[in-house]
Amino acid sequence: MSGHDPHAGHAGRLWRYVLSGCVLAFLVLPTLIVVPMSFSASQYLEFPPQHWSLRWYAAYAGSAEWRRATATSLKAAGLTVLVATPLGTLAAYGLIAAGVRRARAVPALLLAPLVVPVILVGIGVFYVYVRLGLVNTLAGLVAAHSMLALPLVFLVAKSALEGFDLTQETVARSLGATRLRAFLLVTLPQIRFAIATAGVLAFLTSFDEVVVAMFVSGGDNATLTRAMFDALRDQIDPTIAAISTVMVAVSSLLVLLVQALGRARR
Amino acid sequence: MSGRAAAAANRAALLRDARRERMRLFGLGTPALLLVIVLMVIPVGWLFWLSALADDGSLSAVNYLRLVALPSYRRILLATFEISAAATVLCVALGYPLAYTLSLLPERLANLCLLGVLMPFWTSILVRTYAWLVLLQRHGLVNEWGMRLGLWQRPLELVHDVTGTLIGLVHIMLPFLVLPAYGSMRAVDRECLRAAASLGAAPMQAFWRVFLPLSLPGVLAGALMVFILCLGSFVTPAMLGGGKVIMVANAIATDVQIFYNWGAASALGAVLLVLTGAILWAAARLAGSERLFGGHGG
Amino acid sequence: MAADAAPPIAVRGIGKRYGSVVALDDVDLDIRGGEFVTLLGPSGSGKTTLLMVIAGFIRPGHGSLTFGGAEMVRVPPHRRNLGMVFQNHALFPHMDVAGNVGFPLRLRGVKGREAAARIAQALDLVRLGGFGARRIGELSGGQRQRVAIARAIVFAPRILLMDEPLSALDKQLREQMQIELRRLHGMLGMTTVCVTHDQREALTMSDRIAVIERGRIAQVDPPQRLYEHPATRFVASFIGESAFLRVTKQDGFWSLAGRRLHLAAPADLSGPCLLMLRPERLRILAASDAAEVNVLEGIVEDVVYQGESVLVQVALAEGSRVGVRAGSASGAMAAIPPRGAPVRLALDRADTVLLADDGGAS
Repeated sequence: MSGHDPHAGHAGRLWRYVLSGCVLAFLVLPTLIVVPMSFSASQYLEFPPQHWSLRWYAAYAGSAEWRRATATSLKAAGLTVLVATPLGTLAAYGLIAAGVRRARAVPALLLAPLVVPVILVGIGVFYVYVRLGLVNTLAGLVAAHSMLALPLVFLVAKSALEGFDLTQETVARSLGATRLRAFLLVTLPQIRFAIATAGVLAFLTSFDEVVVAMFVSGGDNATLTRAMFDALRDQIDPTIAAISTVMVAVSSLLVLLVQALGRARR
Repeated sequence: MSGRAAAAANRAALLRDARRERMRLFGLGTPALLLVIVLMVIPVGWLFWLSALADDGSLSAVNYLRLVALPSYRRILLATFEISAAATVLCVALGYPLAYTLSLLPERLANLCLLGVLMPFWTSILVRTYAWLVLLQRHGLVNEWGMRLGLWQRPLELVHDVTGTLIGLVHIMLPFLVLPAYGSMRAVDRECLRAAASLGAAPMQAFWRVFLPLSLPGVLAGALMVFILCLGSFVTPAMLGGGKVIMVANAIATDVQIFYNWGAASALGAVLLVLTGAILWAAARLAGSERLFGGHGG
Repeated sequence: MAADAAPPIAVRGIGKRYGSVVALDDVDLDIRGGEFVTLLGPSGSGKTTLLMVIAGFIRPGHGSLTFGGAEMVRVPPHRRNLGMVFQNHALFPHMDVAGNVGFPLRLRGVKGREAAARIAQALDLVRLGGFGARRIGELSGGQRQRVAIARAIVFAPRILLMDEPLSALDKQLREQMQIELRRLHGMLGMTTVCVTHDQREALTMSDRIAVIERGRIAQVDPPQRLYEHPATRFVASFIGESAFLRVTKQDGFWSLAGRRLHLAAPADLSGPCLLMLRPERLRILAASDAAEVNVLEGIVEDVVYQGESVLVQVALAEGSRVGVRAGSASGAMAAIPPRGAPVRLALDRADTVLLADDGGAS
């Protein structure tokens, strides 16, 4: 596929390249610009910073409240991975192995959390949790986040399994493996990259989630995002620039890790 | 012959085995389904039920009538629609050229750029909204540089307003448009365009008559997704709207958290969900649901 | 790898339907212990379904299946202890050759030195000694299929199933592997069931061939018997090339369009029947030859040179068309009349086969 543009003259092409560059910059730069700002020594967020320092990182690390919120977020995200990844993978496997094409309701239901407005999930789950005594508990938060992460895991696992030749499992079973062992010894090792990707997506879903956390996490179990949201309503605290930088670093590292895994496999 | 007897006897047992295996495989999906049912279907169903109850617990349409009667709610619904529509239009206007340019780049370079497009997917919405807050505030980077360059004299009110909300929304939603649009443009057979050119179509004609219609499904799927996600957006208007922009989701949250008015909140939520569902349903009828969900997968 | 006697397989009244489509229609089939039986049929005939029923991957609607007298129809596939070779070999790409071959041993708890010895032995059997550490991606198509076979026999199963095992290979390799499979079967003596749609493959490898047509077994016989004495028109047309002429019996004599024929027909056949004509069983008569027992007259329509033989298309006087195969040696070639010339064909009485006219489509 060549790079030549069949639809426009030189001027039009240039104009479009400039516009596209601007849009790309619009997408990427705002997130990145926070990073140098977080190293500023000033009370005010400046760019470029006149004096560099780690004072906002120190403020972050020094605050028991931020530390607790970070721990909660990491715990919740980790547990969400542990719940959502197997559940979504099992559902995808069951659906494909059963070869049920007629059952459209099942995938539709599993994908619903993608399109149902999250505010409804937030207040709905809150309403249920009040009655179950699960508000402000880690378990409740993890359950809700797992539900939100399910569709992503399901989609990734399903497309991986669809791309996988399930005859291999049939072969393994003919050679004496139960369904479970065939899956564990033959299928799983070959789709583990996709499962890892699904796990990372589940982690990020929970780690970055704001709305549900706002309703059902609080007190000692407030997540980092909830604490940030509350803090930002009052003022633009530079500490949050430091926290943002840490969050971007964590997410990017995970994504890069998955990319590296994918490359190593080839 | 005894084989015949065995054949007859096995019929029931085999049927039982088949049913049991199907149940077992299907059962693998039950935990996931249960999670979705308990934490989404039941709560949302409950909201619908609540929305149909008056304050005294009797069945009534009072919550919905209030939505229609009170100008404040009408304004919120209208604003939600306007902002979502504006954000969608902006996304198409900015995203289409970007997707188009990317689709013409060599695959390797395009993938690198896509990583940039995807970046918002793995950075928290809060982080990005915070970034805009910092950039757009009264003494923020944009105002400072704008004044230094002499573009404007006094700080502009960019944030805590509809402008800020729109900027934030477009930033968050662009990937949802660019990815499916890019996908469908890559899939357009370049031979078609060459054929059009060889048949005497001028470049612009080839674009309007051939390329645009072929790339349209992806763009429409993306625009639809953007619109639906905008309708339900909460964080962006809450943080960048500065209290002046109240969209449906914000009104729902306020009703619940501050006024404990579950009736109003649930009615608003029901309207939001029904709207979302109706749009999705209409689009699925038009395009086939596979494509819609396949559009932004991965 | 020698072990106890290979068990016979008995299929009794096995039926399977998908919705309104009948895939297997009360199939009965007996396979003797140690026998090599091929299921042959066009695609969609149900041959693979039958194999999968034997393997346990398709659960029939009813019927009985026994291995050596033991009922297996409800036993899950992993406990049937049979080796299986699949169409696309389906090797595990995340394991090396030894890992693939050793997989069934691993499942059976055979480890260490014994496993290694048996893997090496199996690889030797398929002539891939020393390939254990190779990765699957490094192997050629033929080698992959050999690994798949080694994997299926390493745990000394007494039954071996093969689903179109050679269809992914090119023609030359396929013919070579057919001989190999025969040799392996001769050495190991497993009861073997193989599915193919390639009649030549079936004729080459099998002790007996079961021809399957629309979910029913049309005929089970050794290759030669099947070829020489097909039971139905379907079997006759599916195996080898053939043309059919409608013949009738009058006053105890068979005749074709009024001309009397001398046929080796069973006495109980009567009414209109079909005379099967195989191209290689017809001979072109030179003008000087004396009248033979059965003579058919016609016009040469076309002469097709095919290398090892020449196919002559002849339009018979009463309207049907037959093919005649002649050798391509220069003497035989010279005797073939040119296109448009009249020709007389001879058919020996011993080579005549009469089939009941089942009215089936040609």
